Amino acid sequence: MTGSREAVLGRIRAALATAGPVAAQPVPREYDRRGALAPGSPEAIELLVDRLIDYRAEVQVVAPAEVTAAVARALGDAASVVVPRGLPDDVLAACEQDGRQVVGDLSEIPLTAAQLDGIDAVVTGARVAIALSGTIVLDGGPDQGRRAITLVPDLHVIVLRADQVVQTVPEAIALLDPTAPLTMISGPSATSDIELQRVEGVHGPRTLRVVIVG
Amino acid sequence: MTTFLGVPLRRHAHAPESPLRGTESFPQAARRELANPQLRANLAHATATIRAKRAAVVGELADWEALRDSGSAIKADVMARLPELLEQFEAAFTARGGTVHWAADADEANRIVTELVRATGADEVIKIKSMATQEIGLNEYLEEQGIAAVETDLAELIVQLGHDKPSHILVPAIHRNRTEIRDIFVSEMTGVVEGLTDDPRELAMAARTHLRRKFLSARVAVSGANFGIADTGTLCVVESEGNGRMCLTLPDTLITVMGIEKLLPTFADLEVFLQLLPRSSTGERMNPYTSLWSGVTPGDGPQDLHVVLLDNGRTNALADEVGRAALHCIRCSACLNVCPVYERTGGHAYGSVYPGPIGAVLTPQLTGMQGHDDPNASLPYASSLCGACYDACPVKINIPELLVELRARSVDDERGGMPGGWDAAMKAASWVMSDPKRFAAAEKGLQLGRIVAGRDRKISTLPPPLSGWTQSRDLPAPPAQTFRAWWRETHPEEQA
Ligand code: SF4
Repeated sequence: MTGSREAVLGRIRAALATAGPVAAQPVPREYDRRGALAPGSPEAIELLVDRLIDYRAEVQVVAPAEVTAAVARALGDAASVVVPRGLPDDVLAACEQDGRQVVGDLSEIPLTAAQLDGIDAVVTGARVAIALSGTIVLDGGPDQGRRAITLVPDLHVIVLRADQVVQTVPEAIALLDPTAPLTMISGPSATSDIELQRVEGVHGPRTLRVVIVG
Repeated sequence: MTTFLGVPLRRHAHAPESPLRGTESFPQAARRELANPQLRANLAHATATIRAKRAAVVGELADWEALRDSGSAIKADVMARLPELLEQFEAAFTARGGTVHWAADADEANRIVTELVRATGADEVIKIKSMATQEIGLNEYLEEQGIAAVETDLAELIVQLGHDKPSHILVPAIHRNRTEIRDIFVSEMTGVVEGLTDDPRELAMAARTHLRRKFLSARVAVSGANFGIADTGTLCVVESEGNGRMCLTLPDTLITVMGIEKLLPTFADLEVFLQLLPRSSTGERMNPYTSLWSGVTPGDGPQDLHVVLLDNGRTNALADEVGRAALHCIRCSACLNVCPVYERTGGHAYGSVYPGPIGAVLTPQLTGMQGHDDPNASLPYASSLCGACYDACPVKINIPELLVELRARSVDDERGGMPGGWDAAMKAASWVMSDPKRFAAAEKGLQLGRIVAGRDRKISTLPPPLSGWTQSRDLPAPPAQTFRAWWRETHPEEQA
C-alpha cells in the first residue's frame, strides 16, 4: 500500500519548486538549554516538589534509610501491588509489608489488562524528572517495567533518586534513549474538558505519590 | 506574493458535508450562532479561564520569546526539507518494525485504515482525539464499513454522545456547559448512576466507568500524532486524561494518521516543542501525559504498528507562501482562545474542523477557494485583524498578515485581475500589517480621521480611490481608541 508514496513526494518537490528555493536558515537556539540549578541540588528538588504538588501529586522527600517506611506510607491501604522485575530491595520490602499481595510482572508471563485492573497499586522507579515542569519520565527500564503496569492500577507510587532531578526540559531530553518507549508523567491523569475546570483522574491512575530519596 | 486566488486544486468539489467545508458562508453561520446567548456565555467563560492560565505559565519562562523564535525556525526548516525528512522518518520507523503508508487524500487514508482494521478481524476501534482523523471523516467512513469507532477523549465523547460537532481544536465540547453535559450523559450513556449531578468530577468519573471496559478489551486503536521525529522515527502523542496511553499501549495494533507537516528534524527538537505546546494550549507547564514510541518494543505495547502519512491538500498549501506558513501550526489552539471573533461565534460557524484564526487561513489553503459561492472563500473575512492571534502563536505564524493577503487575492480574482481601489487598499493594509511598528503607526494615524470627520463623527468624502466607497455611504469616524489599545486595557491578564 505504498502506491501514493512517489506521488506525494513528487507533489512536495513540485510545491517547493513552485514557491522558489528557500535558503537554509540556521535555527537560533537562544533558549535555556541548562538551568541555573545543579541536578539533584536541594533547590532543584524544592522546585520539583512545588510543581508536583501544584498538579495534586503527593510528595515525600526522605533520607535513604527511610525509603521502606515512606513507600509503605505511600501505598497506604492498597491490598495488592504490581512490581517490575528490577525494583531495589528496600522498595520491594515496603511492598511486601502489611500482608499486601505482591504481583511481579515478568516478561515470560505478562499480566493481562484485565488482571492489572484487579490490582490496586504499582510501584516503580523512573529515568529522570524535570523540576521546572513537574514531569517524571519513565523509559521502561528494569525498575519501571512495561507501560501497561503504570497505567491500569489506580495508584502509582514513583521512587526517585535526588540525582535524577534536573531543572529543564532540554537537560532531560538529552538523557533519554529515543528508541525506548517513553512516558512523561506530570501529575495524575486529568481532564479540563468540562468548563476548563481541572479534574484529576479520568482514565489513568487517579493518585500519584512520589517518594524522593535525597 | 502571487496574486491568483487560492491554490491550484487537484481534487475537486468536496461534498457539502466535508469536514473541511460547511454549507453556508461564515457571515451567515455566524449570525445564527450569535443568536445563541448560552453558547456565548459558555465560550466567554472557557476562553477567559484558559487565557488567564496561559498568560501565567508563559510569564514564568524568561526564555519564552527565544523558544518561539526557535520553534518558528525549526518549522521553516521542516517545510524546506520535507521530502528528505519524510524519507528519513520512514526509514527509521520501518527499521524498528513499524509500517509506513502514504495517503494522497482523505479517501485513500480512510481505505488504508479500514483495510488494516479488517486484517485484524476487529469490528471496533478505540480512538484518541485527533485532528487528522476528523479532517478525513474517518469515524463516519469506518461506520459505513461496519466498524465502530469509539472516541475515548472526554470532550469527544460528549460530542459523539450529543450527536454534535466539535467546535474547538483542543476542547471540542467547549461550547457546552456542565448542565448540558450532564443532560447528554443521562440521556445517552448506558448505566449512568442514579441522580448524576453536574459536578465536573462526577461527570468525569461517569466517563471513566463508561470507557474502562472498552480499553481493557480493545484490539485495535487509532491515533493522530502531535509530532513525528525524522531522525529517530519517533511518534509523539501529548494528552491529559490517560485515554491516550490506554489506546497507545493496550491494543495489539496501533494505527497512527499523521499529516506530513507534523515532522520535527531531530529528537532534541522536542525540547523546544514540549515547552511551547502545553503552555500555549492548556496553559499547563506540562500536560499530564506524553507518550513517545519509535517502532515496536518487544513485550511492551502494540506489536503491530502503522503510520499513515497524510497529504490531503497539504501539498497544495505548501506550494504557496500563505499555505506554507500555515503548515507551521502545531494545533495548540492558543489563537482560538484569544480571538474575539471566535469567542463570539464559536467554532461551528467556520464550517471546518479547523476553526478560529488558523482555521480561517488553513482551511481555504487545504481545500482551495472555488469562487465566490464557496463558503471557504468567506473565511479570510472571519477576523477583526486585531493581532492577538499572532502574539499568542507559539510558532509565530503571522495570521493577520496571511488573512489580509488572502482577502487581497479574493478581490483580485473577482476583478479578473484589474487592480481597483479596494485591491490597492488591501495591498496597503497588507504592507502595514506585516510589521508591528507600521501597524502601531497606522493606528495613531487613524486618530487624524477623527479630526477630518468633524462634529457629526462621519467622514462623507474621501480622496480617490476610496471615494467610491464614500459615494454610497458615510464612513463612521475611527473610534477614539484602537481595538488593540482597548483590548490591552480591558484584558490586563493577557500581558504575558
Ligand atoms: S496557528 Fe499558532 S496559535 Fe493557532 S493553533 Fe496553530 S500553533 Fe497554535
